[in-house]
Amino acid sequence: MKRQFQKINRKASMFMEPFWAIIIMVLLWQAVVWTGAIPAYSLPSPAAVAQGLWELTSSGRLFKSVVASLFRVTWGYYLAALTAIPLGLVMGTIPVVRRTLNPLIQFLRPISPLAWIPLALIWFGIGDPPAIFLIFLSCFFPMTLFTMSGVASIRPTFIRVAENFGLSRREKYLRIILPAALPEIVTGLRVTLGTAWLVIVAAEMIAVKSGLGFLILDARNSLRMDYVVAGMVVIGLIGLLLDLLMQRMERLPAVIWKRLER
Amino acid sequence: MEAVNSEEVAMIQIEGITKQYRERRTIPRTPDHTKFNETVTVLDDITISIEKGTFFCLVGPSGCGKSTLLRIIAGFDSPTRGRVTIDGMEITSPSPEHIFVFQEDGLYPWLTVHENMEIGAKRIEDPVNRATAIEEYLEMVGLAGFESHYPHQLSGGMRRRAEVARALIASPKVLFMDEPFGALDFATRLQMREEMLNAHAMFPMTILFITHDIDEALQIGDQVVVLGSRPSKVKMDIKLHQPHPRDIASPELAELRREIYYQLGLHTAL
Ligand SMILES: Nc1ncnc2c1ncn2[C@@H]1O[C@H](COP(=O)(O)OP(=O)(O)O)[C@@H](O)[C@H]1O
Ligand SMILES: [Mg+2]
Repeated sequence: MKRQFQKINRKASMFMEPFWAIIIMVLLWQAVVWTGAIPAYSLPSPAAVAQGLWELTSSGRLFKSVVASLFRVTWGYYLAALTAIPLGLVMGTIPVVRRTLNPLIQFLRPISPLAWIPLALIWFGIGDPPAIFLIFLSCFFPMTLFTMSGVASIRPTFIRVAENFGLSRREKYLRIILPAALPEIVTGLRVTLGTAWLVIVAAEMIAVKSGLGFLILDARNSLRMDYVVAGMVVIGLIGLLLDLLMQRMERLPAVIWKRLER
Repeated sequence: MEAVNSEEVAMIQIEGITKQYRERRTIPRTPDHTKFNETVTVLDDITISIEKGTFFCLVGPSGCGKSTLLRIIAGFDSPTRGRVTIDGMEITSPSPEHIFVFQEDGLYPWLTVHENMEIGAKRIEDPVNRATAIEEYLEMVGLAGFESHYPHQLSGGMRRRAEVARALIASPKVLFMDEPFGALDFATRLQMREEMLNAHAMFPMTILFITHDIDEALQIGDQVVVLGSRPSKVKMDIKLHQPHPRDIASPELAELRREIYYQLGLHTAL
């Protein structure tokens, strides 16, 4: 009886673990505001931010901004996955293609997507297309490289067994190469989703008039720091949610096998 | 005419196989002493004939080229000189008639046992027949009820059994096994040995089996070939006619064993 109680207690305290740091940060934040060391227009209180969050939610503006941002991320992300994964598979399996394209990709990859903003605006005008293009760029190169290295690191035995049993080229790609590289592809998808969410906010501050990035920029221009911080909180929460979703994907049987191999 | 021919010519002919590698490691392994870009002769003019239905065992010290030779016979690697024919056809690439069970795990870890078996059962076109055959073969190796398990959920011995079942269901004419039970514990290894003998009696196939365990070779082999250390030549090529189960302590086998140890320069170890 007592032991069972202790067990429940331990479970409850483990559940609380992730929240302690957040609670302490909010308390510290509130304390700083109380001392009055920083004026309210440069650091709004937690209560003011909660109030701002409520206003943005009830006016429907927050929802619209979130949808706009997610819409652009989704398009850019899927376009990148649809092109980068096949390209990575081809680069991983055909050494000539890999040797030809790898230097170009390695050269383009470290250029921040934000550096492309001027060109994106000239090429695609104002609105969704340049933002989607930037998301596409930020995801395309890492996704290609993750897929390629996933294919390149397939154990040669797996390929030999497929050749031994006489699998056709199509079967070899669909039943062996793609599933064998899937764990690394999914890792790539998780990493790039984080990057995409990072980039969209910056892109929206320049290229468009909607979305969470624009919401923050607009709030700053009207000196509503409570809205600025409220926007930041929402960005953080959605980022966290997206990552949790991707973690779920990593636990699927088709993906988790690689971690269970001894 | 055809029958006479196949009786005269052995099923598998290994004719003067030589394999050389160019050393690509800049830091060579200590016992080798080969320098970068030096040519290393691993197999030196290997000639062996293997009759149809033989349980053939290849023994030799580690690193002497046993795996290399078997890979060449199965068509996964090409020799520097010489050629291999199986049923009169020169081997240039792998074939579903010659199934290889590799030294390391070859089950696909993202497929269940049943799905792995489907890779081996490709030749059975009708899906109902295929499912029945898979069931039968899994039952034969004692894995009934594990169809929907993933390889990581099985023990080492069970994984090997599943892999053997996947090879057998392809009904190969030749089955290659490269130290298949090396990683298993002693008791499991003895059991798997016996099961391989049973499978050999049951299916009309030739088995080419690598082991570094001389006793294992004497226990199960119809023909035992001993390779020396690099550059490897055939040191001994013996035919064994003793029926199974064999007593490894019998005078004949004990004498052979001494001879093999002697040929491998291990007589001081006895
Ligand atoms: N690709 C390669 N390049 C250079 N040397 C190799 C290569 N593959 C194998 N070897 C060498 O050939 C020798 C025989 O290897 P292997 O056939 O695996 O031996 P065994 O199976 O008898 O232990 C080893 O000494 C190894 O270092
Ligand atoms: Mg070997």
